Amino acid sequence: MAAAETGARELHGAGIISAIKASGVEYVLAVPDIVTSSGLLAPIAHDKDLRLIRVCKEDECIGIASGLFYADKRALILIQYTGFLDSINAIRGIAVEYKQPICMMIGLLGHEPDLAPRASPRYGVRIIEPICDDMGIAHHLISLDSDVGKIPPAIENAYRTSEPVALLIGRRPKSADRQGSDDEEG
Amino acid sequence: MMKRDECFRILARHIGKEAVVATYSSAVDWVEIAPRTLNYLSIGAMGLDSSHGLGLALGRPDKRVIVLQGDGSLLMNLGSLVTIAAVAPKNLIHLVAQNDTYEANGSQPIPNPKVDFAGIARSSGYAACYDFSDLKNFEQQIGHVLEQQGPVFATLHVEPSKKLKYDYPGMYDPKKREAFKAQWRS
Repeated sequence: MAAAETGARELHGAGIISAIKASGVEYVLAVPDIVTSSGLLAPIAHDKDLRLIRVCKEDECIGIASGLFYADKRALILIQYTGFLDSINAIRGIAVEYKQPICMMIGLLGHEPDLAPRASPRYGVRIIEPICDDMGIAHHLISLDSDVGKIPPAIENAYRTSEPVALLIGRRPKSADRQGSDDEEG
Repeated sequence: MMKRDECFRILARHIGKEAVVATYSSAVDWVEIAPRTLNYLSIGAMGLDSSHGLGLALGRPDKRVIVLQGDGSLLMNLGSLVTIAAVAPKNLIHLVAQNDTYEANGSQPIPNPKVDFAGIARSSGYAACYDFSDLKNFEQQIGHVLEQQGPVFATLHVEPSKKLKYDYPGMYDPKKREAFKAQWRS
């Protein structure tokens, strides 16, 4: 019986990748994140429809995405919440003050998937949504396969309104060839 | 030792339809010498000049991008050298004016003026790297440097300049970003 029929609380990377492509994204700019490493980054690296740019530090992604935006090229930034926090000044300047469609997919390392992020016992996770709210950054929690449908309209809206968006990955996505796990490793 | 504005006057003779990314003190000198729509001045956060340049170069591989970065800026984003070298955009020229100071922030010294930026760029994998400290040599070579297949890197060893007037509201005027975008997409 399929997971959907059993109501399993799962998140599959393949569905997220399809949603990224359906959003018109050409470039994925990434620093490895253990939450999304096997379920998203590894398959994206082999996906011929997406161009993966591996960067050294997360704020580079914000500058690269901005440069691509001037040529009307869509990019998705794939990082961990720690990298989001490290990049706050770049996000403040480029995404918020310049009003640019910087689209971020952020792994919530250490998040307990069945809790709301604001209720996380982990301080770093707990503050992400309030920071987005304070900065006026739209955010969406992607924890289940049923959440994946939020991705294309969120990215479309970011480009239509020229505003940033944060897609918070609340559960480790399963890869096609390897079962994901919610266990913390990194 | 050269003066930055003298180098830029020579460089300006070779500039046509390229995007020129210039920030802080380099931007002040460059805009005075070569005011033009395809000057890209809004980078949002210090150090991201080179990352914006990479995004621009990827977005329009049919056009050339010249980054005029300061040594303080590059030190804040040294990893971008590794990222740019890995992506290897053929249309990116990366020039760093090294005056050994954070000039825009009170002319305080950089942590180590002995840093060899061209050496780091070379070992990171840039296609061609140069060091210039003599203006006549720079004048003779810059045409050749700009014709090389990128990514190309050059350090311009320059003196700290006279006291500059920083017109940040003028540089970061949203109308300039809009005008750049319209011309860069055409």
